[in-house]
Amino acid sequence: MFFLDISLGSITIPFKEVYTSLTGGQASKTTWEYIIINYRLPKAITAVLVGVGLAISGLLMQTLFRNPLAGPDVLGLSSGAILAVAIVILGAGFLPSFLNSVLLSPYIIVLASTLGSISVLMLVLLVAQKLRNTMAILIVGLMFGSFTSAIVGVLTYFSSAEQLQKFTFWSLGSLGSLSWTSIAILAVCVGFGLLLSASSIKPLNALLLGENYAKSMGLNYKKARLVIIFATSILAGSITAFAGPIAFIGLAVPHIAKLTFQTSNHAVLYWSTFFYGGIIMLFCDIASQLPGLETTLPINAITSIIGAPVVVYLLMRKRNFQ
Amino acid sequence: MSIILKTINLTIGYKSKKSVVTIAENLNLNLASGKLISLIGANGIGKSTLLRTITGIQQPLSGDVFLNDQNINSYKPLDLAQNLSLVLTEKLPPSNLSVFELVALGRQPYTNWIGTLNQTDIEKVQEALELTQIEHLAQKKHFEISDGQLQKVLIARALAQDTPLIILDEPTTHLDLLHKVSLFKLLKKLTQETQKCILFSTHDIDLAIQLSDEMIIMTPEVVVQDEPCNLISNGSFATLFKDEHITFDAEKGKFIIT
Repeated sequence: MFFLDISLGSITIPFKEVYTSLTGGQASKTTWEYIIINYRLPKAITAVLVGVGLAISGLLMQTLFRNPLAGPDVLGLSSGAILAVAIVILGAGFLPSFLNSVLLSPYIIVLASTLGSISVLMLVLLVAQKLRNTMAILIVGLMFGSFTSAIVGVLTYFSSAEQLQKFTFWSLGSLGSLSWTSIAILAVCVGFGLLLSASSIKPLNALLLGENYAKSMGLNYKKARLVIIFATSILAGSITAFAGPIAFIGLAVPHIAKLTFQTSNHAVLYWSTFFYGGIIMLFCDIASQLPGLETTLPINAITSIIGAPVVVYLLMRKRNFQ
Repeated sequence: MSIILKTINLTIGYKSKKSVVTIAENLNLNLASGKLISLIGANGIGKSTLLRTITGIQQPLSGDVFLNDQNINSYKPLDLAQNLSLVLTEKLPPSNLSVFELVALGRQPYTNWIGTLNQTDIEKVQEALELTQIEHLAQKKHFEISDGQLQKVLIARALAQDTPLIILDEPTTHLDLLHKVSLFKLLKKLTQETQKCILFSTHDIDLAIQLSDEMIIMTPEVVVQDEPCNLISNGSFATLFKDEHITFDAEKGKFIIT
């Protein structure tokens, strides 16, 4: 899948050439070499990081909140990123024009969404420590989401067509155009988040019986909850910062894993979600840049177009949806 | 016969910023190994508060709860989980857990960081399944079985947790007479065969009188603990419900509606 993703695109590079190029050999055309190293490879790696990270954080949220509709976005992290980016892109019009170009550079946008995610993360952790009720955290996250869309709505009302287009493009998500440095930062964040998630496998299994049973089996609930929320925040936050708000993967992939493996054991679900996340994201990326297409389709549209029917199909086939 | 849990001058209730609500005062209860003990009382009398306090979930207003001679509030969560297991009334969240997996979760206080079951763990789970006679259900999903079977599964989970004391909160609700009786008999058998102490709250007073070794009766005035026959002869049941239409027939050992 990984090689296929690198091979296919508006310019199709033969499979063999991709392999030679990646294993240190020389591809027969230098343009291919250039495309692989500077464009396709970073994009494929980003796709894997994004897919795995979002899928795992979705799994954590669904178990913690005992809600099959939960995903990484329920904590409001992507809303935070969206709000910050909206303020930068759409609010730029209120500033003198010489500042405009500085503000709209890609780095500023990444910085803004990172700051947006982090400030919501801080807020969520604060709320998580104050509130005894886990469901209240869910509601706070959802409220923040509606609050954000309202502000974004107001901002779009006052902005120009050009700004709107830019914002819409960002909000559709993008796996490309990440520098190697950005990828390294993203990889460290996602890796750390995945390690924290793996350490939560046992608490997550205990939580399958509900909060009170989990406590009666010796689980330090407050600590486990904090670790799970922190892991999700770092995964979803860093991914939204670098790739934009990518929908659906976090919600759908854990269900695909649960439905195909028919288990709730997180030791199994963790790895199945992990691999499904990476593979499905690569698949979506391939679909967004199929040979013959001049342009790359927005990744966010593809994830939903592919993901929604898959989940519905699995639901119809296996009736005992849990 | 050893005392597993005892309360010393325990006063239970709720404390808020403005006021203190006392539910029961100066309780001196003793829970001994090998005993099946039932807790009865009218709705809202404070049975849950008592259970929450003696399981360390809620702080007492005064007095102490000792579990195996150690104050319950000084236990670390993991140590407590190795000495006390619970069967709760709350509904399980939706999941794909099989009966075996659910019972095996009772081994969590003993397993490593990722929850791997070793040989001892599997033996304990198997033993719990056998004691509750649900081996044939082991591979079923927990949502595929009846309420009566699920209750046994939850008891098996508590057994797998391998604790000297098991506390059940109204385990017979939602069950018909047949399954109520079979559940009570199971609890009775477990106390005899494993020498565990089992405490449960219930509203099935007639059955509890016949099968419990001891009973704890909660009324607004007093909380008494004794053997059922003594409680009948000293007229404790008559004080249970404040209603002129319900009287207790000491000869038949049951409540009569007049």
